[in-house]
Amino acid sequence: MVRILGRNIYSTLTLSSFTFILLMWFALSYSGAVKELFLPSPGSVLQALGEMHEEGILVDYTLDSTYRVVVGWIMAVIVSIPLGMLVATSKKAEAILTPVIEFARYLPVVAMVPLTLLYFGIGDLQKFAVIFLGTFFQLVLMVSDVVAGVQRDLLRAAATLGASRWQIYRLVLMPASLPGIMDSLRITIGWAWTYLVVAELVAANSGLGHMILKSQRFLATDRMFAGLIIIGLLGLATDLFFKWLTRVVVPWNEKAGGKA
Amino acid sequence: MNKLVLNGVGKTFGTGGKAVEALSDINLCIAENELAVIVGPSGCGKSTLLNIVAGLEQADSGVITMNNRNIEGPGADRGVVFQSYTLFPWLTVQQNVEFGLKIKGINAKERQEIARHYINLVGLGGFEGALPKALSGGMKQRVAIARALANKPEMLLMDEPFGALDAQTRLIMQELLLSVWEKERTTILFITHDIDEAVLLADNVYVMSRRPGRIRCRIQVPIPRPRDHRSTVSPEFSAVKKEIMEMLWEESRTAANER
Ligand SMILES: Nc1ncnc2c1ncn2[C@@H]1O[C@H](COP(=O)(O)OP(=O)(O)OP(=O)(O)O)[C@@H](O)[C@H]1O
Ligand SMILES: [Mg+2]
Repeated sequence: MVRILGRNIYSTLTLSSFTFILLMWFALSYSGAVKELFLPSPGSVLQALGEMHEEGILVDYTLDSTYRVVVGWIMAVIVSIPLGMLVATSKKAEAILTPVIEFARYLPVVAMVPLTLLYFGIGDLQKFAVIFLGTFFQLVLMVSDVVAGVQRDLLRAAATLGASRWQIYRLVLMPASLPGIMDSLRITIGWAWTYLVVAELVAANSGLGHMILKSQRFLATDRMFAGLIIIGLLGLATDLFFKWLTRVVVPWNEKAGGKA
Repeated sequence: MNKLVLNGVGKTFGTGGKAVEALSDINLCIAENELAVIVGPSGCGKSTLLNIVAGLEQADSGVITMNNRNIEGPGADRGVVFQSYTLFPWLTVQQNVEFGLKIKGINAKERQEIARHYINLVGLGGFEGALPKALSGGMKQRVAIARALANKPEMLLMDEPFGALDAQTRLIMQELLLSVWEKERTTILFITHDIDEAVLLADNVYVMSRRPGRIRCRIQVPIPRPRDHRSTVSPEFSAVKKEIMEMLWEESRTAANER
């Protein structure tokens, strides 16, 4: 059940949950309850961020990681949307593709990382491959579910108004699928971040995952925390960006603007 | 003159043990400009019949002709208003009504004029720019009627178009449909299981038997036109209503006895 919350109450609650986590962090670290090695204080994490900035890796690594996520994920999106629509609208395509995809999507991407290293080395291409493998198969299924779930009477109405098959596809099926596809995009780009960090933890010369792994070797917990916080903030920003984009792209959606 | 003729139309869904015979030997003649209403017990195949006429479903047997031409597949010459709301949510009221005209390749200016006319006809002048999500159920169905009529169809097919509306809105919509029909005189095939609605609207009420559906009889409605909600209190109204109710009651009683 969804209760209606005033906008103010909603943001106050959001803010207070963040404040609570921050306060706990302050209390646990500054009181000495948890050793600095395990839980660095907010001050030292801030300092670590400053140092990394001076070394020039903060912005560079963040941009490297972002670039890998975006390119790898966009490749998956570009291929999976048409395929998903095809699977949803053609029985033949469904028969050919679905079993393969169902099989592939249960292969843990992490288990394929060694193979990608063998095929693509440790450069950007390998990161793209990991992200692609992690999001592509799921995206095809998500898109085909969205397309198959379009209200059937909408298509029938178009047919009775004189639309041809192709016109129904282009003028009705595609726009009607857009809200669901936007949702799928928002969800999968979140996964893309996870897979990227996994790939960078295993082998990379740059990027946030690489930075976290390197810091562990030097027991630089403050830098590990700094890396985690940046990844978290990027995730949050991506999510907000997508919610905004959804409102811009499908302002007509019944649900649009429902949630902040 | 006969507009729509169905001759020996049958339809079975599925095969083998799970086969459901929805329609069996349907014979029906609907005249030019007639407002024909089909009533029948729930699940007797009314929607199947309408979908076959719309070309959305294919009959297994029989012949269906409109203007003496066989019906093959859906087409702009038969406008359909569904029970569910089928406005395209990404288009404004105006764009929804222009949808079929655009497909026909009518130029923008003419499209706009035709759409305006029908939007006004259903009483939605001023809402041209509104998105469907801003409209009430009754308003959505008005737009759906305007959208179907804007195509200038030979026939308008309506499958319980007011079924999802509350009683008050329903009555308003019935009067609206009557007034639209008085002006346009499009041949209408209207399906309902609301007997009051059937009698108020129809020139002829066709009563269907329980599944597999057949046309049991045709009942003429002698209530003078133009009609409005006051027509429902006339003695003719009660008489016709009683006749239909008895017919339907008999159907459901035999159905119950056989179970
Ligand atoms: N696509 C389908 N596949 C299988 N059976 C179907 C299908 N469509 C309809 N039926 C069956 O055919 C019969 C007639 O259905 P139909 O929807 O035409 O009835 P109806 O008179 O419109 O019912 P209602 O009053 O509920 O609208 C029902 O028993 C239904 O279950
Ligand atoms: Mg029905």
